[in-house]
Amino acid sequence: MSTTTGTLTSPRGGRRAVDLVVRVLVYVSALIAIAPLVWILVSIVAEGLPAILSASWWTQDLAGTTDRRAGGGALHAIIGTLEIGLVTAVVAVPVAVMGAIFLIEYARGTRWARLVSFTVDILSGIPSIVAALFVYTLLITLLGLGRSAVAASLALVLLMLPTVLRSTEEMLKLVPDSLREAAYALGLPKWKTVVQVVIPTAFSGIATGVILGLARVMGETAPLLILVAYARNLYLSPTTSNMGTLPTMINSGRNVAETLPGYSRVWGAALTLILLVMGLNLLARGVARAGRLKDR
Amino acid sequence: MSTSNLHFATIKHGGDRSFRAGAIAAAVVVVLLVLFVGVFLAVLAIPSLRRDTVSFLTSTQWNVGTGTLQFGIAGLLWTTAITSVVAMILAVPVAVGTALLVTQYVPPRVGSTIGFLIDLLAAVPSIIFGLWGLKLLGPFLGPFYDWLQRVLGWIPLFGKGVESTGNVLTASIVLAIMVLPIVSAMSRNVFAHTPRDHIEAALALGATRWEMIRTAVIPYGRSGVIAASMLGLGRALGETIAVMIILSQTTTEGINVSLFAGGETFASKIANNAQEFDSPAKTGAYIAAGLVLFVVTFAVNAVARVVAERRVS
Amino acid sequence: MRVTRMTKLAALAALSTIALTACTNSAASTGGSSTGTSAGSLACPSGSITGEGSTAQTNAIQQIIAAYNDACKNAAKIEYNPTGSGAGVKNFNAGLVDFGGSDSALSADEHTAAAARCKNSEAWDLPLVVGPVAFSYNLKGVSKLVLNADVLAKIFMGQITSWNDPAIAALNSGVTLPNTPVKVFYRSDDSGTTDNVSKYLKATAPSVWTPEHSKTWKGKGGEGKNGSSGVAQAVKATDGAIGYLEWSFATDNKLGIAQLNTGNGGVELNADSVGKALEAAKITGTGNDLTLQLDYATKAAGAYPAVLVTYEIVCSGGLDSAKTAVVKDFLTYFASDAGQKSLSDVGSAPLPASLRAKVNTAIQAIK
Repeated sequence: MSTTTGTLTSPRGGRRAVDLVVRVLVYVSALIAIAPLVWILVSIVAEGLPAILSASWWTQDLAGTTDRRAGGGALHAIIGTLEIGLVTAVVAVPVAVMGAIFLIEYARGTRWARLVSFTVDILSGIPSIVAALFVYTLLITLLGLGRSAVAASLALVLLMLPTVLRSTEEMLKLVPDSLREAAYALGLPKWKTVVQVVIPTAFSGIATGVILGLARVMGETAPLLILVAYARNLYLSPTTSNMGTLPTMINSGRNVAETLPGYSRVWGAALTLILLVMGLNLLARGVARAGRLKDR
Repeated sequence: MSTSNLHFATIKHGGDRSFRAGAIAAAVVVVLLVLFVGVFLAVLAIPSLRRDTVSFLTSTQWNVGTGTLQFGIAGLLWTTAITSVVAMILAVPVAVGTALLVTQYVPPRVGSTIGFLIDLLAAVPSIIFGLWGLKLLGPFLGPFYDWLQRVLGWIPLFGKGVESTGNVLTASIVLAIMVLPIVSAMSRNVFAHTPRDHIEAALALGATRWEMIRTAVIPYGRSGVIAASMLGLGRALGETIAVMIILSQTTTEGINVSLFAGGETFASKIANNAQEFDSPAKTGAYIAAGLVLFVVTFAVNAVARVVAERRVS
Repeated sequence: MRVTRMTKLAALAALSTIALTACTNSAASTGGSSTGTSAGSLACPSGSITGEGSTAQTNAIQQIIAAYNDACKNAAKIEYNPTGSGAGVKNFNAGLVDFGGSDSALSADEHTAAAARCKNSEAWDLPLVVGPVAFSYNLKGVSKLVLNADVLAKIFMGQITSWNDPAIAALNSGVTLPNTPVKVFYRSDDSGTTDNVSKYLKATAPSVWTPEHSKTWKGKGGEGKNGSSGVAQAVKATDGAIGYLEWSFATDNKLGIAQLNTGNGGVELNADSVGKALEAAKITGTGNDLTLQLDYATKAAGAYPAVLVTYEIVCSGGLDSAKTAVVKDFLTYFASDAGQKSLSDVGSAPLPASLRAKVNTAIQAIK
């Protein structure tokens, strides 16, 4: 505060100039932050739009085509991405929600809660490649299983868990205790209170967390690279060792020569992935907003 | 607090018991997962580390193909550190600047729109950042790199590196853009919670907006920004695919300190060689590298948490 | 144009298949319908197989898979992951994939491991794709460049660092060479292309190229890029660059290709000059395990010596019967006249007829 004494008079030239410089810098920094987003989006839409506008993009895989043949589509990769994401969510969401319930409903304020909370923080900081390596050592080195889509999903569980757990925890925290007490007063056992009162109240927040978690894991590449082989055909079984996904489709084609039809498919895959991930993000935003409106 | 007293009263219901057991089990799973990651990596790394014929910490060699194992992480550690540190140097000022703009300079409605756009940047998958860095950003910056090298080439940091634009600097810039939304979002959050009376007091004393920020907003938000930067750093250290796509590898022995050098980070080294995990000894070498990455990110994240908690208390 | 011709061929093949299998419908499951002599006898079993390995044969095998799918109306799913020969052999031996693709035949140790993977049946190397290695360069104002093994070795060992080096100039009289620094790009992943290039250099310039041949690049200096396509993209983007890659990647990216001087002036890389080099090759290996011994040091006039043969590595038995049927049928098409001819589209030379017959015999002997 001592620095501001004696500034009761209106700012003099020097001070005003500094203020102006900072103001300019602050605006410029926002421009710098937004420019890459615009650049990435514009170039990917420009390069990828022709590919995804054809009907075959959404209905065919790449079985009958090569990098030098036009046609084919990304169905195998789209289905693969959705399927791996879905399997991940099926495993991660129950654990995450129950973990959050433990933190808020059963262990709030205890040493156990602090320990779990700390490990969740650590888990959210684990690089995806380390998660992938962990699953690799567990399933492939120690148990001798082969690569599979499920293995990739398990690595992604490690990445999705903390996201969903944290957001669920935040939402459960916001549910007022008065609501719980009212339920107990009506003779509802604790577990029914949680399932029938607390979770429905926090539902939109939990759903937001799940959608954001999905968006994160669907855009991940590193675990897919190590744990499942890229495929050009459509495979549906989660235990298959080959499955195409949008990120690995981009990765496998990233060096295709510009003169070949396969080149535009790489950008098409990038655009499809962006649409999917950003779509999920916008959906999450919408769900969160709808939840807030309902509360009013 | 009252709820925790209540739950003991209602514990006798059978449904309650199993539900509680489920919640506890989930918590145990989370704790065990983190424990297992560390333990499994360590257990599988140790046999290879024992057979390593060069110093694991100080060697820059990486020959794990045949016969004797020679692997050291010095080169990986350097490239990982330099890319991440340069990324933070580039990202933090921009992130703080944007956070200030959003919270202190523009009306909330405009601010939330800008914030939304920057958050959207966080939604871009890393493979797309990699593709962009490889195909568009690198070639675009090429002439600038040439100029920089001509003018500043006498400084080792800007010395001769690889010929393509697949160098440390390109990787750093892409990493900077990737961590920017993380640092920016958290900084925005703390700046927005600057006590109203501090701001008004400063302004009432005739401070310019910058003086108000310097005396009220920044002191209040400093530790928050530091915590945010640590989290961003953790993300940058472990980023895999974007770095793998962008960085060129070199056969140079030792460490080239130039920003124009190629190289490999822990994460890109592992991902690049994921297809080569054929023998346990060889895999163990990569797992050892993964273990170091795990320990480093663990430490960085733990520090971030401590800083953030100190701020709260 | 070529595509339509291909489709016609494929359709013909499909038609003849129907004709053949119509009377012996049950033959398809045993794979007995193939006589091994004609190209059109495809059984088109359903099932899915996966191969992995050499990136050098990516374009070729994608082409064959697509054509086979056309011929068989997508009856089977065939996957090929171009992750490098090293990975291909490793993952084949680990039982993760059904066939391997490699630019080098299996070593003795690898044969032992492969036999274990094939439930004590032998694994066979089948040479199926012949692709020349292009030494591609990107040098402003230079559209024709002649090099020889000695100069290439010196470039890759970091002994020639400028394009106007007297050694290069001596091979290119009349061409103005700029004093641009030479920028070498190599494969950062384990690669059979690297192995073949180092074999070629070891055979032709042993005093300069001192390292043993290896799938890992042992040159000095330069910059590593992932996959042939990665090297191609880097050469394309960099003035003064040179790199080695499989021919089709050079033509796809419209890169300059150096001619090789083996003593009688520069030899351009084309189907003819590759054919001449193959004439000098010997078939070795035991029984149905076929290895092609190339003569890298050939001085035959008009022969382009830097040729790469890539193999499919298969179990001679021991794979489950459904997969075996698909592997056999697919490889039958691969080795067929139609299959091999279609490969010229992607910069591979067809196998010589004598070799093709032997490969076909081996394929039909797979149990």
